[in-house]
Amino acid sequence: MSEDVYIIGIDMIPFGRYPQRTVAQLGAEAALLALQDCGLTIQDMQALYCGNQMRAFGMVGQQILHEIGETGIPVVNTANACASGGTAFREGYIAVKGGIYDLVLAMGTEQLGKGLLGAASGGRTDGFVEEGTIGSMTTPAMFSQVGMEHQRKYGTKFEQFAKIAVKNHHHSTFNPKAMSRRETPLEEVMAAEMISYPNTKLMCSINVDGAAAAIIASERKVRQLGLMGRAIRVRASEMTSNPYTPRQDAIVDFNLVTRNCANAAYERAGVGPQDLHLVELHDCFATAEMVHYENLGLCGEGEAGRLIDTGFTAIGGKIPVNLSGGLLSKGHPLGATGIANIYEISLHLRGEAGARQVENARIGLTHVVGGMTGMGSSCVVHILEKA
Amino acid sequence: MANDFSGFLPAIPMIRIGDDGKAFIMGSHCRNCGETVPGERMACASCGKRETIEPVRLGTKGTLYNYTIVHRSYPGVKVPFVSAIVDLEGGGSLRGTLAEVEPDPAQLPWNMPVNVVFRDSGQTNPEGKPFVSYLFVPAQGEA
Ligand SMILES: [Zn+2]
Repeated sequence: MSEDVYIIGIDMIPFGRYPQRTVAQLGAEAALLALQDCGLTIQDMQALYCGNQMRAFGMVGQQILHEIGETGIPVVNTANACASGGTAFREGYIAVKGGIYDLVLAMGTEQLGKGLLGAASGGRTDGFVEEGTIGSMTTPAMFSQVGMEHQRKYGTKFEQFAKIAVKNHHHSTFNPKAMSRRETPLEEVMAAEMISYPNTKLMCSINVDGAAAAIIASERKVRQLGLMGRAIRVRASEMTSNPYTPRQDAIVDFNLVTRNCANAAYERAGVGPQDLHLVELHDCFATAEMVHYENLGLCGEGEAGRLIDTGFTAIGGKIPVNLSGGLLSKGHPLGATGIANIYEISLHLRGEAGARQVENARIGLTHVVGGMTGMGSSCVVHILEKA
Repeated sequence: MANDFSGFLPAIPMIRIGDDGKAFIMGSHCRNCGETVPGERMACASCGKRETIEPVRLGTKGTLYNYTIVHRSYPGVKVPFVSAIVDLEGGGSLRGTLAEVEPDPAQLPWNMPVNVVFRDSGQTNPEGKPFVSYLFVPAQGEA
């Protein structure tokens, strides 16, 4: 049995809009913050794993080292849609777990414009616009259908989906690094511009710029550096891609891919959903958070609506979900999201989460899932424990 | 003839135009696991077998499995419209636009019967050649 793997430094920049900065500068800032968090330097890092989606051709990891020190270490750039950052972290974890390195930097950085991601042409140059003629390929449409499937099965109400946005926007008021820190009463969420039924504008994640970084270390190194005090043990780091589902060509699977990943993580960590003290899950849309309650086993089949109705997942509830404000209000810089989720859990496990601190938090779970119909999906789940 | 799409371009690769000018959707059926999916494959997406996959024409009748009403889309795309997922008789599920129905949840009962119809999309390539695409329409009055 190989030794455990730990996070010893982690941080993120406040998510927002930084039009005067480059995606590499944002990443560099996060990397320096994470290094500072554990008192190390870029010279101590043996490899860099960098998640980024929109500049996947840009060798963003190398650009970051150009900003903070070109030490010549291996750089792995990962692009895996909304799981890009989670993928980068897991690659770093594997390398340390496998004994290749003792100290690596895993991070994500992204710059996004406002509004819908993508374009009507979908990259086609022959003049045919699929959007509108062959249904919709926007992300809101895709994840609205994810919610509608839940409604079809269990009668979930528009109002229940909306309550998820109310909760996460409320949580964000306690997070100074969230993009939007504003209460949104239920009536406001429901009356906001309808983007794709049943998701209104306030039920869609915010496209923002952001970056987050983590220093991953071997057990031997953590002890040697005397950093076990604030260290976070990685109990599980799992990843899945979309398994075959009969409707895959009509809508890519986000459910089974998450279930498979979560089950693998629970098995690896030897814990179950009942052992979790908090969760950061992939609420790219309010409808997505609803289905992931069940996909992650936080409740039984068809019970997700009740979970949000009873406050089970709200601050002060049994298993608070997305205390950071989630993607809905913290913002969703694709490549950075998977590391920022780990940052939020780490804050709580370290007892450094301030006004939103979960008392005596010992075990937390992070989840990211991304993809697109016609491409595929990718899910990454981490289970983290106070060392 | 309204159904003669000779000379049209298929809007997406799984749309095919037969020698008779009729448009259809090409799919794949696996004799091993029995799954049927849109598009042609080198092997079965479900069981991975290569020898048991064969091309099939997908059906043109189905039922509404899922939908959303799209109110905001990319610039230039007319909204609102219903983006639907239809389970086809004979196997396979398609994404498409459900037309000739009010974009209102009250008008969109689960499992409502629909037909897949092929139409001139009204779009052309840079040389002016028209694209044929498909739509879902309610199968009203049909058994
Ligand atoms: Zn098969």
